[in-house]
Amino acid sequence: MDILGTAMPALAQASAMIFQPAVLGYLVLGVVMGLCIGVFPGLGGIAGLSLLLPFMFGMDPVLGLALMIGMVAVVPTSDTFASVLMGIPGSSASQATVLDGFPLAKKGEAARALSAAFASSLFGGLVGAAFLTVFILVARPIVLEFRTPELLMITLFGLSMVGILAGQVAIKGIVAAGLGLMVGTIGEGDSAGALRMATYDMPYLTDGLKLVIVGLGIFAIPEIVALLRQDRAISERSMLGGGWLHGVRDWFANIWLSVRCSLIGVTVGVIPGLGGSVVDWIAYGHTVQTSKDKSKFGNGDVRGVIGPESSNNAKEGGGLVPTLLFGIPGSGSMAVFIGAVALLGSGQIEVGPSMLKNNLDVTYAIVWLLALANVVGTVICILGSGGIARLTTIPFALLAPFLFMIISFAAFQSGQNLMDLVALFAIGLLGILMRRFDWSRPAFLIGFVLSNPAETYANQAVQIASSRFRKGFAEGMEYIFSPIVIILILVTIVSVVVGLRQSKNIRAEGDVSTGTKRAPLIFLMAILGYLAFAFTNASLIPDYASADRVFPQFIGLVSILGCIILLFQMRGASERHALFCDSEAGNSEDNRHGLWSTLAWFAGLLILTSLIGFILALAVFLVAFIHYRAKRSFAYAATYGACGIAFMCCMAWLLNRDFPPGLLQSFAKLPWPLT
Amino acid sequence: MVLKNLARKLALSVMCAAGTMVPAQAIAEDLDLSGKTVEWVIPFSETGGSAKWANFYAPLLSEALPGTPTVVVKFMPGAGSTKGANWFQNQKFGDSEGTVIFGSSGSTQFPYLLGDPRVRYEYKDWNVVLASGTGGVAYLPPDLAGKMNGNDAGALRETDFIYGSQGATRLDLVPLLAWEMLGLNVEPVFGIKGRGDGRLMFERGEANIDYQTSSSYLKGVTPLVEAGTAVPMMSWGALDAEGNIVRDPTFPDMPTFKEVCEATDGCETSGAKWDAWKAFFIAGFPAQKMVFLPNGASQDAIDTYSKAFEAVKARGDFAEISSGRLGKYPQMTGAEADGALKSATEVPDSAKEFVVGWLQERYGVSLK
Repeated sequence: MDILGTAMPALAQASAMIFQPAVLGYLVLGVVMGLCIGVFPGLGGIAGLSLLLPFMFGMDPVLGLALMIGMVAVVPTSDTFASVLMGIPGSSASQATVLDGFPLAKKGEAARALSAAFASSLFGGLVGAAFLTVFILVARPIVLEFRTPELLMITLFGLSMVGILAGQVAIKGIVAAGLGLMVGTIGEGDSAGALRMATYDMPYLTDGLKLVIVGLGIFAIPEIVALLRQDRAISERSMLGGGWLHGVRDWFANIWLSVRCSLIGVTVGVIPGLGGSVVDWIAYGHTVQTSKDKSKFGNGDVRGVIGPESSNNAKEGGGLVPTLLFGIPGSGSMAVFIGAVALLGSGQIEVGPSMLKNNLDVTYAIVWLLALANVVGTVICILGSGGIARLTTIPFALLAPFLFMIISFAAFQSGQNLMDLVALFAIGLLGILMRRFDWSRPAFLIGFVLSNPAETYANQAVQIASSRFRKGFAEGMEYIFSPIVIILILVTIVSVVVGLRQSKNIRAEGDVSTGTKRAPLIFLMAILGYLAFAFTNASLIPDYASADRVFPQFIGLVSILGCIILLFQMRGASERHALFCDSEAGNSEDNRHGLWSTLAWFAGLLILTSLIGFILALAVFLVAFIHYRAKRSFAYAATYGACGIAFMCCMAWLLNRDFPPGLLQSFAKLPWPLT
Repeated sequence: MVLKNLARKLALSVMCAAGTMVPAQAIAEDLDLSGKTVEWVIPFSETGGSAKWANFYAPLLSEALPGTPTVVVKFMPGAGSTKGANWFQNQKFGDSEGTVIFGSSGSTQFPYLLGDPRVRYEYKDWNVVLASGTGGVAYLPPDLAGKMNGNDAGALRETDFIYGSQGATRLDLVPLLAWEMLGLNVEPVFGIKGRGDGRLMFERGEANIDYQTSSSYLKGVTPLVEAGTAVPMMSWGALDAEGNIVRDPTFPDMPTFKEVCEATDGCETSGAKWDAWKAFFIAGFPAQKMVFLPNGASQDAIDTYSKAFEAVKARGDFAEISSGRLGKYPQMTGAEADGALKSATEVPDSAKEFVVGWLQERYGVSLK
């Protein structure tokens, strides 16, 4: 009863926080932005949240949360458009929807498929929110008991999920996570202030890389570049047909399927790291297995839409469980979410146990927002489906420069340093290559996010435990091996075993073809080179600062071993083996433009910025890109450029931000926004 | 609450808007800031105590300056505030004509005093217009506090203390040195992100000694004291006009470290150790946060800002609105601020040498 006693007032306070015009307005804004992001294939929650990040600095917490939750919740709803209408998954969470959704659209029953999908999405989303409410209620007293060893174990549990994300070659996933952990250690160590992979002569790196930059670089840039290279008018037609009510009736007829798949979605969502890329496949598999008449699957069975769509919205509710309770990201987008929450207000909210303790009302506000966003998102999707479907006809070349503009601005806000853009470009390149050679990018990001907690908690737990051991052996053991720690160890072991067994069936990045041996080998050698260098660099830290040395040394060693094992495997394996995944080899006919020439546009923006400052460089970039790359008239390009600059200035001015200055600005004094 | 914040935010952005849109005017001889935007640069992120302090003052300063310019707080975090301070060092007054001011903190002062290699700034070049003080309180769990015999902390020497620390070269230097002087065996656990994390560690029972600055103590620890899970041990005290350490006006019932030290065997309130502690306490607390005009500021500008801050202090409601957000501490302007700056940045060489040597010996921290 005590549980309810604290939760009920918090629930009531939370609803009072939510039901205000401003909050609802921001929620709708977030939903609309999420809709747009979700409609474009390849851009999912991670890219969307990353784009919101610059707005989060110092924003009122509830408003910021409304914006973010609105976006996160609606992406799995709106990505259905691309899946059904074009046969391309709108985001990784609706790959399975394509199988039956696209055939339905081809039969002229797009509206039926969409409305069945939206009804399922809404239902799944609400199940997810309800689950989250109950889970927080039950788990809160346990989580509040967590001390450093428990927090360390939960961090390790999060890291163990990398095994599942690894894809076909488990060791590649481990090395990717190791690389993320190593990149996370760059900068001044927390324990003794020793520098890792940085010098005071180049102060930028002493603070370490920011999550905003890593998130944008690893996920958003590779997707944008990939879409830009394909450069298609995403869909030529946007015929919806009729049958809206028919779809809803379909859903209602299969309501128990929807319930089961929602529960699957929630469960998979709770497991950190699994997230969006697999939940729809599991739900689809379940749908097919439990259906009596299997003949129509793959040719337009509406149940094949209902199953995955129920699960992929429900998983957002599940994914928030580890995120809110422990600060362990449930998925890539949740990793960005954690970073964004830290920026809200004056930073008093930090997801994890302290939030459950001090901000229970905010925690429940998130739940309310999630439920509400699902309803609002579904309503907008149904009402605006005609217009939204037309969005899919916009050529990506017109959208990309706009996205690059916002990404650069977002990255620059994290440190207000031109080096932010250089770092973004470097990480973006790494992301592109990881995508190309099928190295798990979520594993990298999870490693990066958990690097700091893993190191700090490990150091602190060791220090506190040794102090307890000095008092007595029993007291030390009691501190380290509390019942919660033991349970967590068991759960971690089970998850690693199950994860490695299942990972072969999961292809987070879709099927990737193989090419020659040379390119993947060079990439592996480059990673090995960096790891070896970082390991040596860490080894040079003197003894008095050994607390800052042990962690990078250990991670470095494990990752280097992983690389060496991979090298040996590569020697023996044939060119067709998954070790040599290289997406450049297979679908080159889809790519109308080369990787390097596409990247050169972005590099050009960067170099120009360092010369003449961001706004002038952006003007040149936008006009040139639209005119030469997107092949629009000069007048069109000039208008586009003017709108882009106006938008940028308006945003910076509202947020009271400056733009990166270049060489020109150090010679001449220019008025804002050219400064 | 939310609506109020939103309204404030909107008002602020409209104000910013008005400020940015008006073109820069020729500078009159007297500093007239009408239609301009004053940028108040804080070398920390939006989340720290300095942000709260600047956000408190910014709207009041705006009203008090001639021509009521818009005052916006700009955050420039990095390298524990040395990045922003190095940037400010390169600002010329002629470029900004009084529209750029800088807020420093104890974390800016300590690296400067200890000769951190990243420091490329010089306090002597800057012109102080406001100095705000604060204090700090150390506290213990009830069972350990019960061992103290009045102010005598000698009985605590058998205990192994764990303390969540942000780093020995930061403000934590003051409590760590104080506890060592009392002969306590305190092991700092490094790697926490802010003093709030230290308090959580204490609440979880992993740490058994902690300290908070005044405003955080009032907000975070007072409820624990009321619930009986924490007991204040001592405050660091405050400075009187003659530079003596006296009881902190915010916590008049708590003994100061000086009193505890006097009552404890083996702790002396004189000698090199004490002088070093006092010097760094003065650098870190009674003049913790200061507002500066850049190198080469005209006397007009300095006077204008000093007067403006005096006007803020003279507001009828100042005591009322500041005590909740800043605590009851001196807000110094004019000659007082100059004096505070001097005591905060001119630490005797012997004290510096002592602390540098102590850091090296005790924590292996080398500042070269």
